[in-house]
Amino acid sequence: MIKNPVRKEQFVKWVLVAFALSSLLFLFLIFMFILFEGLPLFHKVGLKNIIMGSKWAPTKGFFGIYPMIVSSFFVTFGALFIGAPMGLSCAIYLSEYSGKRMKMFLKPALELLAGIPSVVYGFLGVIYIVPLIRNYIGGSGFSLLATSIILGIMILPTIISISFDSLVSVPKTYREGSFAMGATKWQTIYKVVLPAARSGILASFILGMGRAIGETMAVIMIAGNALRIPTSILDPLRTLTGNIALELAYATGDHRLGLFSTGVVLLIIIMILNYIANFGIKRKM
Amino acid sequence: MRINPRFTNKFVQIGLNFQAFFTVSILVIIVAIICFKGLPYVNFEFIFAYPEDMGRLGGIFPSIAGTILLALLSILFATPLGVGTAIFLTEYTKESLFTKIIRFGVESLAGIPSILYGLFGFIFFVIKLRMGWSLLAGVLTITIMILPTIIRTSEEAIKAVPRNLRMVSYSLSATKWETVTKVVLPSAIPGILTGIMLSVGRAVGETAAVIFTMGSSLRLPTSLMDSGRTMAVHFYILAREGISMEKAYGTALVLVVSILLINVLAYYIMNKAISKYS
Repeated sequence: MIKNPVRKEQFVKWVLVAFALSSLLFLFLIFMFILFEGLPLFHKVGLKNIIMGSKWAPTKGFFGIYPMIVSSFFVTFGALFIGAPMGLSCAIYLSEYSGKRMKMFLKPALELLAGIPSVVYGFLGVIYIVPLIRNYIGGSGFSLLATSIILGIMILPTIISISFDSLVSVPKTYREGSFAMGATKWQTIYKVVLPAARSGILASFILGMGRAIGETMAVIMIAGNALRIPTSILDPLRTLTGNIALELAYATGDHRLGLFSTGVVLLIIIMILNYIANFGIKRKM
Repeated sequence: MRINPRFTNKFVQIGLNFQAFFTVSILVIIVAIICFKGLPYVNFEFIFAYPEDMGRLGGIFPSIAGTILLALLSILFATPLGVGTAIFLTEYTKESLFTKIIRFGVESLAGIPSILYGLFGFIFFVIKLRMGWSLLAGVLTITIMILPTIIRTSEEAIKAVPRNLRMVSYSLSATKWETVTKVVLPSAIPGILTGIMLSVGRAVGETAAVIFTMGSSLRLPTSLMDSGRTMAVHFYILAREGISMEKAYGTALVLVVSILLINVLAYYIMNKAISKYS
């Protein structure tokens, strides 16, 4: 052991710097290896043929992932369509209406929703949502609609907890000012609190989108994984994440590189969404 | 037509109450379904026996052991790295470009979806480092995945320790490291534990990142280089390949109950910690 206290302090500091740098190193490695494996194919096949190509037959030299990009965005907006109104109204209820004891119970309970593994959501989707759609609405049930419902529920915790934080951080004086003008509670929320918390709420939606677009196991269980652009909400579809998860275990050669190209596109979309969301959260602070 | 604002106010209040109730009932329904459907199949034998015939018969002991091994070993690696990073960020530097870059790195890691961790772990640990589908590859991948959670929660726990405590320690001529290890960390431990428990929950429930790094062998892993499967992976394979619905429900029950217990424990520790300082 190092006896001299000054030297020991120096030593500790450098070890901690190394620990802190490890996160950056991991991020760098992840980017480097996914890009390193994924980019050569863009060069070989052509960016346009991958991003805009509509045929995925990797063993025959077709690497078009356009339908998957579109499908990923479809399920993401579908999830947002269901999850955003539900999540935001829950957040409003929690921050503005519920009593202290209710809040103490509800907030952790809703956060527990986040702990349920995605395979369990997918399984319940297959057992309950898919047959419901098949029997009462139509199609095979494995569909954009089923996926959107399950993903909408899965992004609730993200939306609720981040919108809640931004609603709570609106200063009390804003509300009191509005009440003093004779506004009702809802007028205050709608005209004063929500606009003030706007950027945080938007950030919660975008982070929810990030979760939905990155979700894998639940999606491959209920989306049907068909290789085309869905034309109705009852059509099956395959997302970018699903494409990777379905084929990675047995893919070799160019086929595997094609999956990494899919990963590159996904990584870029996710980074853009996270960047926008962080921008929104920071601006509020 | 002008609607009376008092009417709208009441209407919205009822609507929001209903909405919150509806959302909570989704959680209750999910847990209830898993419990009722799974309970008949979970017994002593199911938990402690080895699976037979691809999981159609027998128990899930190897996957429980695999889950515990994966979670514990990942925590073992991620905790020193994460807490060390948090100590560095809060105690050893001022806010600067350097800390901003590190925070950016941590935030970016937190945003990467698990399938990309799986993709990375597969190409880096399994293929390039020639680990093959193994417990070690799984552990290293999950370590990176849970690192941001541990860093964030530890940072907040350390920040919440009152400044006075540090000042007293310095005034007794303690060095910075002594202050950190003997004053700051002991007070911050509940918060750090919360982060660790939440990370364990994430590791236990993870599938996409595990299946491509640790593989899905049904055998009990006896060394770091053995493949194995976690409960989540076992459940996924049982359900997706339609091997056995009964065993799938049973596995789901054990899986969900363990995660809920871990998370409830995490919140319990956190609440204890919060009430201590307020």
